[in-house]
Amino acid sequence: MDKFTTLTGVAAPMPLVNIDTDMIIPKQFLKTIQRSGLGKNLFDEMRYTQDGAEIADFVLNQPAYRKAEIIVAGDNFGCGSSREHAPWALLDFGIRCVISTSFADIFFNNCFKNGILPIVMPQEVVEVLMEDAKKGENARMTVDLEAQTVTTSDGQSFGFEVDPFRKHCLLNGLDDIGLTLEKVASIDTFEAKANLLRPWV
Amino acid sequence: MTAPRTLYDKIWDDHVVHQAEDGTCLLYIDRHLVHEVTSPQAFEGLRMTGRKVRAPEKTIAVPDHNVPTTAGRDTHIDNEESRIQVEALDKNARDFGINYYPVSDIRQGIVHIVGPEQGWTLPGMTVVCGDSHTATHGAFGSLAHGIGTSEVEHVLATQTLIQKKSKNMKVEITGKLRPGVTAKDITLSVIGATGTAGGTGYVIEYCGEAIRDLSMEGRMTVCNMAIEGGARAGLIAPDEKTFEYIKGRPHAPKGAAWEAAMTYWKSLFTDEGAHFDKVVVLKGEDIAPVVTWGTSPEDVLPITGTVPAPEDFTGGKVEAARRSLEYMGLTPGMKLSDIKIDTVFIGSCTNGRIEDLRAAAAILKGKKIKPGMRAMVVPGSGLVRAQAEEEGLAQIFIDAGFEWRLAGCSMCLAMNPDQLSPGERCAATSNRNFEGRQGRGGRTHLLSPAMAAAAAVTGHLTDVREMMAETV
Repeated sequence: MDKFTTLTGVAAPMPLVNIDTDMIIPKQFLKTIQRSGLGKNLFDEMRYTQDGAEIADFVLNQPAYRKAEIIVAGDNFGCGSSREHAPWALLDFGIRCVISTSFADIFFNNCFKNGILPIVMPQEVVEVLMEDAKKGENARMTVDLEAQTVTTSDGQSFGFEVDPFRKHCLLNGLDDIGLTLEKVASIDTFEAKANLLRPWV
Repeated sequence: MTAPRTLYDKIWDDHVVHQAEDGTCLLYIDRHLVHEVTSPQAFEGLRMTGRKVRAPEKTIAVPDHNVPTTAGRDTHIDNEESRIQVEALDKNARDFGINYYPVSDIRQGIVHIVGPEQGWTLPGMTVVCGDSHTATHGAFGSLAHGIGTSEVEHVLATQTLIQKKSKNMKVEITGKLRPGVTAKDITLSVIGATGTAGGTGYVIEYCGEAIRDLSMEGRMTVCNMAIEGGARAGLIAPDEKTFEYIKGRPHAPKGAAWEAAMTYWKSLFTDEGAHFDKVVVLKGEDIAPVVTWGTSPEDVLPITGTVPAPEDFTGGKVEAARRSLEYMGLTPGMKLSDIKIDTVFIGSCTNGRIEDLRAAAAILKGKKIKPGMRAMVVPGSGLVRAQAEEEGLAQIFIDAGFEWRLAGCSMCLAMNPDQLSPGERCAATSNRNFEGRQGRGGRTHLLSPAMAAAAAVTGHLTDVREMMAETV
């Protein structure tokens, strides 16, 4: 997993609420057995017509946002299916950070496993960031994970909360499984005890 | 004396392997269910790092998401990408020595139907799967939720998950349900009341007389859609119905182990005075047969209602409703029962169990579907299918004009050839009405199996209670 420290980039505004993972990556692209290559089909049915032509007014097709690295989104981003193909597609497109008032639980977890930082901000802050994002490619936002701040193109800065353990993993690009396997003795002990208490499991 | 605990607190406490100072826990996983779509990258990860599956005996795999539901699939799958995924699962199950039900096995079916059916799912367990509808297993009083592929790999390698505890939410359905109202109407009505983010950050415990009165099948339907309300998991405390359902299943404990398990299972309830961070109460008698009109499961209304206008909403939902109505091709003010449909899908992990097929068949008996209607029943497992054939339900469906398919997820997510074409409109017993969910441009109305059957006959969304009056 790539580290996430600071990011300065173009933010794409997507004010629609309840953007679900079926929208982010439709099911026909879930048949892959790899993690890579999904970026071209990110938001596929919003981004392309049935015959594959770009839909000009979709935000990521507009010249200003073709290289967006941040998305500022409406409430409850990433709801629905648990498919990790959603963060894989975002990452493959180049998105490293999504900011919203709320995220669906599984999507939120999946982001951290892939070096993407999901940031929860209050409604009034998301509105400010959304307006900043609408300014286009000359308005670059800065996300500083260490300092836990998002700064708009005109210098307004807002703090955000992040789980300390997840922050540590993102800052250092750490693999969860490796960390957990350091606790294998605890797992062994738990298993032995559970086998006595609940042998039918 | 310990403080009163909720059911969720109790299951959580019994599975904490390690707790860090910031509250991050390592949680032990008792059952890991695996399917072909969200697992290939996880097994590949194990191979690349030389890791093994820590507890293959607690890992159960079954292909369901993209398998065809037509004959001949055990020898050949036409779609190459689907075939590769199913073959990859065959190989991974073999290489890593995990329990497996291939398509040729009568026990194959949707992973969330197979788990309970085979007795893998038991009260008080932690159950995970790379699928958001894992919440289904909460009907047994097990803590069950969906995970992403990275977490699938984590569980395969360590039999644990890194988790923070959610908050407790209680959803109580008091009193009795009225005739024609089912578990599906309960779960949709709850989402209609709380919204799709109403449960975010919570584990829901469903309780109350109307929940107690449900069969295990009905309880699975309710818990299945906890995720659609945003919750990590949905739970129902186990009772005599639960134990009765489990007893004698292939992987249920037997003899002395059964007795020991029963002692533990009977301790799995929320203590008097335990704290819930959020409480929602609905009266069972107030719940009507419902349908969805939009492209979010929260877009729920009684079948007697009318299509809303964007202005009926506030905030970001105004624009979302406008977009939904355009996508769905609906005009505000029109009666929901005037919406014409051309496709009916009965099946999925929400409503693909025997009781669901019985409810639909009861409406269809002696009737024909509307000419031109495309209607299909996709049983949730090979065993549900066999039982429905034995009970004569299959013949009722076939006589009515339904296609009688093999088990799988099918048109719920349309990864296999069962899909809607642009503009087609489907009455579906599944769980998501998202844009494009059942096929690009396809329009989905979620409802109960009985309501789906009624719509198949009339050709439009229909209040099943009218048809029940006819039958009586």
